[in-house]
Amino acid sequence: MPPATAPQTYTLPAPLPLDGGQALDGVEIAYETYGELAEDRSNAILVCHALTGDQYVASTHPLTGKPGWWERMVGPGKPVDTGRYHVICANILGGCMGSTGPASLAADGAPYAMRFPVITIRDMVRAQVALLDGLGIGRLHAVVGGSMGGMLALSMAANFPDRAARVLAIATTARHSAQNIAFHEVGRQAVMADPDWQGGDYYGSGRAPDKGLSVARMAAHITYLSEGGLTEKFGRNLQERDEKTFGFDADFQVESYLRHQGSGFTRRFDANSYLYITRAMDYLDLAEEHGGRLANAFAGTDARFCLVSFDSDWLYPTAESRHVVHALNAAGAAVSFVELSAPHGHDSFLLEHAALDRVVAGFVG
Amino acid sequence: MTELRPDLAVIAAHVTPGTRVLDVGCGDGALMAALRDRGCDARGLELDPALVERCVARGLSVVQGDADRDLADYPDKGFDTAILSQTLQTAARPDRMLDELLRVGRQAFVSFPNFAHWRMRAALTFGGRMPVTRSLPVSWYETQNIHHVTVADFRELAAAKRVRIEREWFFAGDRPIGSAGANWRAEHAVFEISA
Repeated sequence: MPPATAPQTYTLPAPLPLDGGQALDGVEIAYETYGELAEDRSNAILVCHALTGDQYVASTHPLTGKPGWWERMVGPGKPVDTGRYHVICANILGGCMGSTGPASLAADGAPYAMRFPVITIRDMVRAQVALLDGLGIGRLHAVVGGSMGGMLALSMAANFPDRAARVLAIATTARHSAQNIAFHEVGRQAVMADPDWQGGDYYGSGRAPDKGLSVARMAAHITYLSEGGLTEKFGRNLQERDEKTFGFDADFQVESYLRHQGSGFTRRFDANSYLYITRAMDYLDLAEEHGGRLANAFAGTDARFCLVSFDSDWLYPTAESRHVVHALNAAGAAVSFVELSAPHGHDSFLLEHAALDRVVAGFVG
Repeated sequence: MTELRPDLAVIAAHVTPGTRVLDVGCGDGALMAALRDRGCDARGLELDPALVERCVARGLSVVQGDADRDLADYPDKGFDTAILSQTLQTAARPDRMLDELLRVGRQAFVSFPNFAHWRMRAALTFGGRMPVTRSLPVSWYETQNIHHVTVADFRELAAAKRVRIEREWFFAGDRPIGSAGANWRAEHAVFEISA
């Protein structure tokens, strides 16, 4: 049985200052909590979701009806044990599952759309810290995240070093590489090239850039997998047919799979959110925020760090994690790092992996 | 708690409590755990991900990496003590490994199996084959040990590098022995060195 959940929204009491220079008024952050908060509030763990994730880490997703995205990791007796810890998972600023984002209404009563300010990973962290303030949680037992969630965890450690005692960052990076930015640009251009995007003002028009968003998701999804994983799963197998059709239907199973991923995605995600969140990730460079030296970002931290990479992850390869570990070493931080072997590429952190479970359970404590 | 291997026990007993220690090739973290119990801030470097995972699960700070390559990532004198236990003989360049140890640490402990032990000599002399003994239990073709070293060799290397040998300990099996005739009597040696 999934753990009890309490869907809630917190309205920030003050305008949220943004890296872009603006401030955002009346920001709402939607979040879920699991497990009891200890009386001294010392057992809270913030779980940060990835690019297209949401706050439903361990409870049924209201739109898809699917289990939470990390239910295998978060729950009673699981590596992040909600029997012992109070787990908080918040929909990020710019998201589309209840937190303020481009689809939210601006002061004039119309959706922000592209009037929404461009945000950064650090802005998302500021919003999460404001939520923690609202919940009365001064210092987290741990902040945990994979992929973009790992970026949020590292950014919290760098910018709010006293807010988490443990920082677990999985399959992630402290800066987006040119290749990462390139893939995101393909996705954004796919969305913006869709005539139904309408300059971002598609809300209420009865048309949305589903085709573009679906293509963006298909391209991105390939980067989450590995060649070996795709070959193992699909090979060159044909989809429900014995021969090629010599046309452009989804002849191959892998084509059909990607189309399914793309169309499923448009039912639960807002295209403008996708633009803003990928932009935020592209802007990430923790070293740049701290005088060009990544070690400076972690100077003076007393948190314990653990970084995990996967040998088949070519989106955020092991070298990216090592780069962070190197900086943490130079800063004298207590850091652990392990590269785990997994066949499934970047997505390995979401899939069954016994060694990952042991590392997470052991590190979170 | 399981008992520490004799070379690790002697190192644990002689590291100053409360200091910063880097254990290079830390294995499953047994020495680090003992050092932590002595109030040390212990960090580890280990090649085998399964061993790193066990260290992390015990709450130790261990980075997976190759000592030959990754020690270079550690800042100068970031540690009071650097430890290299049973790893010198696996290094690509043991001489450079010593340099790195005394760069990242103000002092270092080095332990290794002594290839000049009489059992080794006997096995090679009378058997004519590379020795397989209790201290070097693996056949020549599958061993990770690529630079077999003796007590005398180590002393000579230290002298050539002007590395000071502060203290030394020798073991026959699990039994400590004196330094007299250590080069043929000792199965294992531990040296404390400084630049």
